[in-house]
Amino acid sequence: MNSSKRLSLIGAFLLILVAVPLFVKRNDILTWITFTLIYITLSQSWNIIGGYCGQQNLGHAAFFGIGALLTRYVWLAGVPLPAAMLLGALAACIFAIIIGFPAFRLKGVYFIIGTLVMAEILKMIFDTILPRANVLPSRMLGAYSLVPRYYLSLIIAVLTVTIVLWISRSKLGLGLLSIREDEDAAEALGVNTQKNKLVAFMISTFLAGLAGGVYAYYAVAAQPGYLFAAVWTFDAVIIVFVGGMGTIMGPIIGSVFFVLLKQLLSLYLPGGMHVLVFGILFIIVVLFFPGGLIGLIEKLRRTKEGGAAN
Amino acid sequence: MAIELWSQTFVNGINIGALYALTAVGLSLTFGVMKILNVGHGEFLMLGGYLAYWLLTLFKVDPFLSLPLVFIALFFLGAIAYKLFFSVLSGYPEEQKVKNSLLVGFGLFLVIPQIARLLWTGDERGITPAYSGSSFPLLDVRIAYVPLGGVILAVIVIAALHLFLKKTYFGKAVRATSENWKGAKLTGINVDRTYLITFSLGTAIAGLGGVMVGLTQSISPDVGMEWTLKALIVLVLAGIGSIGGTLAAGLTLGILESVGAIFMGPYAVVLGLVIFLLILMFRPQGLFGKA
Repeated sequence: MNSSKRLSLIGAFLLILVAVPLFVKRNDILTWITFTLIYITLSQSWNIIGGYCGQQNLGHAAFFGIGALLTRYVWLAGVPLPAAMLLGALAACIFAIIIGFPAFRLKGVYFIIGTLVMAEILKMIFDTILPRANVLPSRMLGAYSLVPRYYLSLIIAVLTVTIVLWISRSKLGLGLLSIREDEDAAEALGVNTQKNKLVAFMISTFLAGLAGGVYAYYAVAAQPGYLFAAVWTFDAVIIVFVGGMGTIMGPIIGSVFFVLLKQLLSLYLPGGMHVLVFGILFIIVVLFFPGGLIGLIEKLRRTKEGGAAN
Repeated sequence: MAIELWSQTFVNGINIGALYALTAVGLSLTFGVMKILNVGHGEFLMLGGYLAYWLLTLFKVDPFLSLPLVFIALFFLGAIAYKLFFSVLSGYPEEQKVKNSLLVGFGLFLVIPQIARLLWTGDERGITPAYSGSSFPLLDVRIAYVPLGGVILAVIVIAALHLFLKKTYFGKAVRATSENWKGAKLTGINVDRTYLITFSLGTAIAGLGGVMVGLTQSISPDVGMEWTLKALIVLVLAGIGSIGGTLAAGLTLGILESVGAIFMGPYAVVLGLVIFLLILMFRPQGLFGKA
């Protein structure tokens, strides 16, 4: 596909997404798409540090939670939403800088475990400090409408995908890939691995904070501890792995697939069974198909083209 | 009064700490020998607890008598899990193996609770034989029979594992494999079989821990993560692969948490995790481990 054709395809797709609330009046469908868009933002943000840079951060929920909690409280205190979201995302980013220096001293598996534990600590603290759910005040509940939530999630998702696209084509992206493949070799070739990792971590957590902000605006009732729950991390991780690590389309396809499966399975089975399916897919991807769905599609297309050439 | 409170807190700490040690020792074994950090460890613990729950409610088997049955069942379950999911990784270079095994364990952590939810619903289950509440007085404190059984079990299992690794021929093979698997292979040790049995032993011991968790607390599909985290804290306290140190580290964590609960209330749970992070950053070989 040449680039102008691809651009017009993306444009048409975006137009459809913008027009959806004009035609679709069913709240459940709008909710699904909103959730898919939040998941795209969250998983793309994880994709930067986990997919491109190869640092599997299992504490992503911490940054989502910080963004969501701060946005929620500041916004309900009367600050305009965009400012509140920016504040929430910045707080997540600052927290990432604070823990980034010690965290990146941990290599490989210790980084994974360390970040997981860090998020669990925050969850436990917020479960204790703020045990009660934060419900929207009644004047806001009366005016609650999904449409602005939908558009906000769309804007943030498009912004996130654009940023990841930019990273993947920049020098930073190359640096991140080299760290993922072989950190010592990258260092030897003159890549400032610490700086690259930290910058990737900051961008990734800023976007996770924004995703949290969208959720804070969307949720009617929010349990503070839940905003830090490990499921946010785990959902993002399995979406990226199953979709395709370190690709643009992977997390997008993964998110769509994930939300669809969740809705379909919840019709027939007790909740959580989509995690069963995605968990199995996740294990298969880790063991046999490191490229995920995207890698699989690429492979199929290549064999087909190869067959045609013969 | 104050002394009674302190000694009771101490006893409670030992009770829970022994469970931590029992949970951690299996993880320590697999990570020390195979460099596989199985974050799904707690899931095998959960399955062991449910198995004992089934044996008690369906067949009236006493939980302490069901321990050998659970051990055998979880041994085979572990063997199957190893064959299906982890054996593929055994040939990878070390760093990649550790990372990928962690991700596979993470996959098990996602999948197994959902299966448990289908089998046993999401309700919390306790294993409650007739004697579960009874206790006897000793000096100033009351000692409950069930947790005491847990402490004895933990000591026996850890001592047995220690002797097994130090004194038997197979134990020697395990230690050789953990030091250098290529070298071990060259001397004629069946590395694949060693890995298989080591991993299965780890999950079998986790199953024993699960029975005790069901007896002293409760089992639900989602308890796995909590116990994996406890095991990880004990693991870094003890130093990786140190079987004897695991008992000391488990008891330390248990006592620390129950004493901490007096001063810090609900934040005491965070204490262990914070210690974990600090050790990881400043003393990765463990508090009791050699540099």
